[in-house]
Amino acid sequence: MPQNVEKVLDHENLFREPEYKAMFDNKRSQFEFRVPAEELAKQIEYAKTWEYREKNFAREALTVNPAKACQPLGAVFAAVGFEKTLPFVHGSQGCVAYYRSHFSRHFKEPTSCVSSSMTEDAAVFGGLNNMIDGLANTYNLYKPEMIAVSTTCMAEVIGDDLDAFIKTSKQKGSIPAEFDVPFAHTPAFVGSHITGYDNALQGIIKYFWDGKAGQGTALTRIPNESINFIGGFDGFVCGNLPEIRRMLDLMGVEHTILCDPSDVWNTPTDGEFRMYDGGTTKAQVEAAINAKATISFQGYSTEKTMKLIKEHGHDTTSFHHPMGVTGTDAFLMKVSELTGKPIPKELELERGRLVDAIADSQAHLHGKKFALYGDPDLMLGMTAFLLELGAEPVHVLSTNGDKEWAEKVQVLLDASPFGKNCKAYPKADLWHMRSLLFTEKVDFLIGNTYGKYLERDCGTPLIRLGFPIFDRHHHHRFPIWGYQGALRVLTMLLDEYFEALDANTIGIGTTDYSYDIIR
Amino acid sequence: MAALRQIAFYGKGGIGKSTTSQNTLAALAEMGQKILIVGCDPKADSTRLILHAKAQDTVLSLAAEAGSVEDLEIEDVLKVGYRDIRCVESGGPEPGVGCAGRGVITSINFLEENGAYDGVDYVSYDVLGDVVCGGFAMPIRENKAQEIYIVMSGEMMAMYAANNISKGILKYANSGGVRLGGLVCNERQTDKELELAEALAGKLGTKLIHFVPRDNIVQHAELRRMTVIEYAPDSKQAGEYRSLAEKVHNNAGNGTIPTPITMDELEDLLMDFGIMKKEDESVIGKTAAELVA
Repeated sequence: MPQNVEKVLDHENLFREPEYKAMFDNKRSQFEFRVPAEELAKQIEYAKTWEYREKNFAREALTVNPAKACQPLGAVFAAVGFEKTLPFVHGSQGCVAYYRSHFSRHFKEPTSCVSSSMTEDAAVFGGLNNMIDGLANTYNLYKPEMIAVSTTCMAEVIGDDLDAFIKTSKQKGSIPAEFDVPFAHTPAFVGSHITGYDNALQGIIKYFWDGKAGQGTALTRIPNESINFIGGFDGFVCGNLPEIRRMLDLMGVEHTILCDPSDVWNTPTDGEFRMYDGGTTKAQVEAAINAKATISFQGYSTEKTMKLIKEHGHDTTSFHHPMGVTGTDAFLMKVSELTGKPIPKELELERGRLVDAIADSQAHLHGKKFALYGDPDLMLGMTAFLLELGAEPVHVLSTNGDKEWAEKVQVLLDASPFGKNCKAYPKADLWHMRSLLFTEKVDFLIGNTYGKYLERDCGTPLIRLGFPIFDRHHHHRFPIWGYQGALRVLTMLLDEYFEALDANTIGIGTTDYSYDIIR
Repeated sequence: MAALRQIAFYGKGGIGKSTTSQNTLAALAEMGQKILIVGCDPKADSTRLILHAKAQDTVLSLAAEAGSVEDLEIEDVLKVGYRDIRCVESGGPEPGVGCAGRGVITSINFLEENGAYDGVDYVSYDVLGDVVCGGFAMPIRENKAQEIYIVMSGEMMAMYAANNISKGILKYANSGGVRLGGLVCNERQTDKELELAEALAGKLGTKLIHFVPRDNIVQHAELRRMTVIEYAPDSKQAGEYRSLAEKVHNNAGNGTIPTPITMDELEDLLMDFGIMKKEDESVIGKTAAELVA
């Protein structure tokens, strides 16, 4: 056998050894019953045609590779953003294993989250006993200071009532009566992970502001000078929130970040395991009611949350993942307008350096065609940034973006000469994107890790931006927000562009007249 | 031994399904048939007349006590009553929580896997009210009941329910083997009840298999938690149930694929029998007092 303990081959090379090649051939010829190669090739070619694209877009009953996840995933994201808070998902265990592994694969950090482990009996009788035992175990084993409850499909289909269940659990002595258990119903078959983030965050804020689900008194707001900042569901959170904090500190703005998981997903290796780290404290959440204003960086990720906050008298502003020069300008000017604090010299310098960098590279990105997919807010921000760079966001696709979102994208496109032949595709999936990439070719694709299959099928180079990113490390540790973040995104675009250019000119004596040292 | 026959009784809540089914099955037992009753109603009252018991320990309540369904033994849930009729109740959650439909699925799977059907001639499912969700359709899915008997009366809502249940049967009839065995009319002494029941049966592509007249002796027997067959074997009503049992027994393989009708057609039927006035839109939504005035 090719495998040997002295020199262990990884699967990348192992399966190219003759023994394995013979085994695969054997399996193919004897057991796989494949269609003939010509027929397969014919079908592959057909799927690249306009005719197929039209059929693909006429699709009604089937979704193939949606670019979204389910509500409880977002709820877990929201929960870990609070100090010493353990997310508790009322439902079956497998679902929760998925949230944990999904985050851990992206952030390369353990993600603590428990489930009430509902089984068939719980499906029939309701999950009250699971809630009672689950809360007691969570409280005693993991010593959180808050447990944030959300739900999976199973609990939602049978109609388990979280409010009543949590109150009953307290009456039965599962956890102390005064222990904080905010909750949100997050049916996984409705909306997407951004809906779940919104529901859970709204649940937590409502819990503390509106009298702890009837077990306390509602807070009275005494407006002060501080502002609240909400980031929304964000795969780059470990880099982005510290960057936001840095900018607001530079401005001298008193602020509270509501939901900050940037520490717990970025713990140091120093010999101490931190199940909890950082996060917004309960005192901060309570004090946040007094802020004069609340800014959401991702409006689609915080619709209900911002509505609740507005109802409490806050001056609210929802952005859509602002990026680049114009996006960051708009954000900082809004903060300045709300607080009366000027934008400091340091930030102006950073802005100037970003503009300089963009100008240095503009010849390379000008007129380059991009396809991008992801969450609706990110798509709006990235579309605006590409237009700012003189690039063309030809296909802008979002599974969890609706018609109203598409109209917003169109407004951006219509306002720029670079948006002329570009279009937004709401409620579409990655199989739609495949047709778009085949029929209307672009230079680059922007998306999450799952875009690599499109890269393989269509040959369009993938630039990784979004959630999840499983197959490249540490991207989440760097910001993509602010002027600094824009610089990083710009570098990502350029790196991929130059990689592609080098690859296209590397032929010895044939194309290497353009294989230049200086780009 | 003849092949196992599986039948199910469906019908609107309160129509007398359990009473009719238990009396019919008692009569079948008299004929020498070995019978298993599977109650699929969270109220768990499908076997009280056979067992003379208020309520039986259910599969699901015992499973909850034991920890899970896997920890349960068939002997714990199977009770034997009148003429060795075996009885099981699936049970279900308290009203307002959990999922009773899932309970039916869990119970039936448990019974099958643990050999509850071995050595019997008949399995009869007694299912609550309407087919409200997939769980309550469990007995009409593939390889379960071959014939469904719908218990109904001449009342509008009972007929509406019968039509709905037919829709449920139709869903599974083409893919599986389930058929509509017929309607059983439990007399409520409404206007032209027999004619109406027969007409509905015709519309649904089936037949009125038996018209069970109203008789107080049924209530007398019920108070003693007995079937009429056991309480008053020589009564006229016992004869009615024996006749129904005979018809069910001889009805093997005669079931049909139902042809459910629309709500409009159902109302037309009531008009044809003069129970509703034709095209009389003026009475819709009017109280009795308003109509007199």
